[in-house]
Parts: sequence; structure tokens; C-alpha cells
Amino acid sequence: MKELILIIVGSALVNNIILSQFQGLCPFLGVSKKVDTSLGMGGAVIFVITLASIATNLVYSFVLVPLHLEYLQTIAFILVIAALVQFVEMFLKKSMPSLYQALGVFLPLITTNCAVLGAALTNVQKGYNFIFSVANGVGTAVGFTIAIVLLASIRESIEDNDIPYNFQGSPIVLITSGLMAIAFLGFSGLI
Amino acid sequence: MNKYIERLYNGIIKENPTFVLMLGMCPTLAVTTTAINGIGMGLSTTAVLVFSNLIISALRKIIPDRVRIPAYIVIVASLVTIVQLLLQAYVPSLYESLGIYIPLIVVNCIILGRAEAYAAKNGPVESAFDGIGMGLGFTVGLTCIAVVRELIGGGAIFGMEVIPEDFRVTIFGLAPGAFFVLAILTALQNKFKAPSATNGSAAPQSKLACGGNCMNCTGSACMSNHTTLETLRLQAQEEALAAKKAALAKKEAELKAKMDKKDE
Repeated sequence: MKELILIIVGSALVNNIILSQFQGLCPFLGVSKKVDTSLGMGGAVIFVITLASIATNLVYSFVLVPLHLEYLQTIAFILVIAALVQFVEMFLKKSMPSLYQALGVFLPLITTNCAVLGAALTNVQKGYNFIFSVANGVGTAVGFTIAIVLLASIRESIEDNDIPYNFQGSPIVLITSGLMAIAFLGFSGLI
Repeated sequence: MNKYIERLYNGIIKENPTFVLMLGMCPTLAVTTTAINGIGMGLSTTAVLVFSNLIISALRKIIPDRVRIPAYIVIVASLVTIVQLLLQAYVPSLYESLGIYIPLIVVNCIILGRAEAYAAKNGPVESAFDGIGMGLGFTVGLTCIAVVRELIGGGAIFGMEVIPEDFRVTIFGLAPGAFFVLAILTALQNKFKAPSATNGSAAPQSKLACGGNCMNCTGSACMSNHTTLETLRLQAQEEALAAKKAALAKKEAELKAKMDKKDE
């Protein structure tokens, strides 16, 4: 149990997927203008990464390892993730239209997001078993959501500020994320 | 031959993926702690890009249009696996320091973006040269950022110590430093109005969700937006041509009318 909590805290805060690993940077900068949309994106990422951790772990331990095909993990994982996102999208559209309304637009964005593939590969690299993989996936996704929602709320509140012309637009967003990264460095003493 | 040199120039300077198109930001920020890492990442990406462009372009008439994206992903993922195994065998130190970012080349926006935007429409040799140009442009971009970060953060250039330990700013070697370097780079591009995706002068501003801004773009959305942008541009060109033709036809008609009057 203690190990499980350590993995979740570690992947959510200490090794935050965006602010220390730089995976999933594009949606982090792109979809962080409003808190609402960033919450939607965060929800979609939690959903997909958790499912992808489960699926890739099953594929790895029940297909690739018995057949001694571990070196095909990159190809297998990216196909599993792409198929999974397609499937989730179709399933949500048919059976849960309200959830599809909330998450639908973000789902195609996630297929080729580094964060999903990155989480799946990290699970294999660190040799996590099924439960630890899921915990790591959930932790990673929660870390993503924390970071993107924080950035969105900061961006909302600096929107009307008087920013020097040259720093308007993406430079100020990058500087904000840099300062957030410094704050997240403080978590490194946690484990 | 000129055509091929133009492709190289286009990739390295005119449409540099790091400075102008702002594609593939994950590796740009993650592996640029030292110049050697930057070059290693750039060259690995170049190798994948050249061969993926070559293969996709050679197969462009065989791959059915509806399954082209999965087909591209499989081709790219196989090439990345090959590069990963080669690095593991021959440059183990680089393999260690790049770690998880080697398999993540698969989801690098540059590779699928070039496949969709160039290799799917042009011949194999041109596409390979396009891959070389774009890859070298990416390498140059990564190396520039990495040299700055290594110099300020680690006080060294390519591992040679230049600045004594007391005068280094360690934060530039850590994660926040990557954001700061990129922020200053984009601010300079704003200041000098250099063509870049971040200040909207590279791509025409449009009513697309992304506004033609590549920084707001990811993966598949990125590619579909690029194609939309291109079709919009083509449409505008066609409209302009049609308008010109109409104007010409009008003038001709007027002239004819005048001539007819004179004849009478």
C-alpha cells in the first residue's frame, strides 16, 4: 500500500509529466486558455491514460512477453493506444452522449500525445506489475491535470495585465510554466 | 539538382521546424541539457525522417487513403525501433542519456507532419531530401538551444569547461531553464518580427480553431489543420486566378464592343 501511494505521489508531483518530463507539452500550451476547457482536457487525459495503462500492460505481459517480442513494444503500444482512443470515442458517442459532449473534442488530440505513450513505456521500463502500472498511469494523468488547470487559472488572471509587447502571447506562457516548474522542483524532497 | 538544394534550404532555414514551425516541442525542451544530447536527438530524428519520407513516398500510390495515418504510424514506429536498437548497440552512452525520448520520436509532430504535407504528394528522392533538410533544421535548432543551456547551466561547451563553477546558473540545466530559454527565444522572435508560428506571421491567420498557430497543435489535429490551411491557401489562389480571368474577359468584351461600334 505504501509503495502504491509513493508511486502515485511520485508520478503526479515529483516527476510531473509536463513540468519535469516535458511530455504532452503541446496540449499543455495549447488548451490552457480557459479553466473549463483545461478541466475537460484533464478529464479526457485521465480517462485515456488509465485505460491505456491497463491495455498496454495486458498486451505486454500476455502477448509480447510470451512470444519474446519485447522489442516490438513501441509499435504495439502506439497501435493499441490509437485503436483504444477510436474505440472509446465510438463507445462514448453511442452510450454516453453527455460525457462525449464534454470530452469528445479532446479525444482525437490525445491519440498521438507523447504523454500517453510515455506513461505506457515508463511502466515497462520500470518493470511495474499490473496494479503499479495502473497506479502510475493514474498518477501521471492527475499530474497532467493539476499542471494544466493551474496554468489555465494563472493565464486567466494575467489576461488583462499589462505585459510588455515582446512577451505577449507564448513567451509569457512559457515563463509562467518555467516558474511553475521551479515550484514543482520543491516536491523533489518529498520522496 | 537545384530542386534538391532548395529542399535543404527550405528545411534548414526557411521553414526550420524548431524556430519557424515550432513543431516537436517535447524533445526540444527535454533533451537539450547538453549539446551532445541535442545533436544525438537531432540526428536520430533525421534518420527516421529521411527513411519514413522515402518509404511513405514510394508507397504513396499503394496505401489506401482511408487507412493512411495508421499505415504511416506503423512505418514510423518500425523505423524508430530500428534506430533505437542501433543506438543501443553502437552508442550506448547516448542511448542511456536520451532514454524514453527515443521511442517517443514516433509521436513527434514533425515526422507525421512531413509525411502528410510533403511525402504523400511528391516523389521518393525529393521526399528524402525534404527529410534531410527538415531533420538537419531540427538538429540545428536543438543544438543551438542545447549550447545555450549547457553554457549557462553547466558552464561548458560540448563538455569542455568554460565558466568556473561559482558563476554558473544551475537552473538553466534543470527543467525550468528549458522553459525560460524557449520563452526568451520566442520573445526575441516577436521583437524582430521574425517569421515564426508563435507570432502568427509564418502561417496566414485564419478562422481555424488554431488560428494557424502551430503551438496550439498536437498530433493528428496538427496534420489535419495543416491540410486545411493548405486547401484554404489553394482556394484563395484559385479565386484570385478566377477573378483575374473574369476581369480579362470583361476587358476583352468591352474592347470587342468598342471595335464593333467603330466598325459600324
